[in-house]
Amino acid sequence: MEGAELAGKILCIWLALVLVLILLPSVFGVSLGISELYMKLLVKTLEWATLRIQKGVPEESSLKSSASVGIIQRDESPMEKGLSGLRERDFELSDVFYFSKKGLEAIVEDEVTQRFSSEELVSWNLLTRTNVNFQYISLRLTLLWVLGVMVRYCILLPLRVTLAFIGINVLVLGTMVVGQLPYSRQYRPQKGGICVANHTSPIDVLILAVDGRYAMVGQVHGGLMGIIQRAMLKAYPHVWFERSEMRDRHLVTKRLKEHVADKKKLPILIFPEGTCINNTSVMMFKKGSFEIGGTIYPVAIKYNPQFGDAFWNSSKYSMVSYLLRMMTSWAIVCDVWYMPPMTREEGEDAVQFANRVKSAIAVQGGLTELPWDGGLKRAKVKDTFKEEQQKNYSKMIVGNGCLNSHLD
Amino acid sequence: MQEVSQASLARLYQRFRALDKNKKGYLCRVDLQQIGALAVNPLGDRIIDSFFPEGSHIVDFPGFARVLAHFRPVEEEDTRVRDAKEPEPLNSRMNKLRFAFQLYDLDRDGKISWDEMLQVLRLMVGVQVTEEQLESITDRTVQEADEDGDGAVSFLEFVKSLEKMNIEQKMSIRILK
Repeated sequence: MEGAELAGKILCIWLALVLVLILLPSVFGVSLGISELYMKLLVKTLEWATLRIQKGVPEESSLKSSASVGIIQRDESPMEKGLSGLRERDFELSDVFYFSKKGLEAIVEDEVTQRFSSEELVSWNLLTRTNVNFQYISLRLTLLWVLGVMVRYCILLPLRVTLAFIGINVLVLGTMVVGQLPYSRQYRPQKGGICVANHTSPIDVLILAVDGRYAMVGQVHGGLMGIIQRAMLKAYPHVWFERSEMRDRHLVTKRLKEHVADKKKLPILIFPEGTCINNTSVMMFKKGSFEIGGTIYPVAIKYNPQFGDAFWNSSKYSMVSYLLRMMTSWAIVCDVWYMPPMTREEGEDAVQFANRVKSAIAVQGGLTELPWDGGLKRAKVKDTFKEEQQKNYSKMIVGNGCLNSHLD
Repeated sequence: MQEVSQASLARLYQRFRALDKNKKGYLCRVDLQQIGALAVNPLGDRIIDSFFPEGSHIVDFPGFARVLAHFRPVEEEDTRVRDAKEPEPLNSRMNKLRFAFQLYDLDRDGKISWDEMLQVLRLMVGVQVTEEQLESITDRTVQEADEDGDGAVSFLEFVKSLEKMNIEQKMSIRILK
């Protein structure tokens, strides 16, 4: 049967190439420079594409540039100004305007909901999935896109699937990860420490694992992710727990404390946001990790969205379809910064410490800082935050106890 | 909605789809309650109620856009003299005032009763103010606005008490094109 023989031969050659060009060099830590060459070519191509798009599209489509700015003109004046305020003025019927305007503004656009969907790109990177507002421009661009599809699906995808197949037994996923590891490698997390980082996708773990060994802490998952987690447990006692189980949470804190106290154990890797965010901002760091004690080693991870969108929107994509998207992107490019270790200061409670670390990571990675809880992806906000607003307003109309009373 | 640009409408539709997490094609109260910045707004629940007309628990995109249309800024060309036969645009001064009025008028009977005023005030201050203080604020506000002495504020009385206020500016949200 000629067809089968031919197919068999092709498969052998393919596997041999993969082995020689990719696996062997990486096992011995040698780089053949293929990735770098690919990246250079990719950058040139995308630059050309961007120029073509800009030339082809008339001025009025500056809709794209506003994607990162926001869609409504915000009036960020504090409550006093918004309520045409002098302090201590009486309640007026028109006060309701301020709150209703703020409310409607939040409905049209709020800081949080947009963080749980992928970042909009300022200029298209020839992947259909990021094509939000771009229309047909020219024949050459379309041809390039077709070429891109062929390259990504017929060359890159089989390549990565092969590597994944080989690699999944040794828990290496086959995406091309070009990590530009940072200047500050002296701050890599030490034994007995806790490493915290901002969370965008499970790939964060891979990237950090490339450069050091960690004990992981995280939410138990089902599906493919669950299989990987259980496999990892055979190699090392990582801590996988069910967040909604109170009992589980106490156990986890106990185990973490023991782990940190033992200076010979591997550093723990925790993502205090508790969920994946889309890599444009850092959300509230849960205080649990910061109560354990020990030294915190903050790490900032920033992906370059031009080459591929690394954000895992777990409510939209399962693990498998997420991996497929990763493998058909151009590449995953990220910057990792290891930052100087931090410890809790005198008189600082866990929440303040968590915020301090969060700010440091946000500044280093060039991300915006938000006080909101990542759990808002799935649950409603707590009432305590509403009380803040109510307090501010009450102070204005009642003024700390003294009241302009009009008795007749 | 005559002069809303295509782009703005497209943006609003994207937003509607983003809020509609389960892709139902309409929004229910829970979808709006999930917006953090709205949930901490003292009048959050009242604002959410304004999207759901009498008896209904869902709002589709036209309904969604209709409410938001109240907040469209008043442009130059809107203030020209209009044909009496054309319906009043949703973002006119009167309609903006109607929107504000129904935030107070809980039972939608066309009047803000003393109790309703107290309830809305209570929403805005939470537990920070005593019942007596709140009652005296309510007394004062109702007395000042009430002209025909029926102990409640009708829509026209509401409009009259706010005639000097720059509603157009305070209740407008400009969508960047």
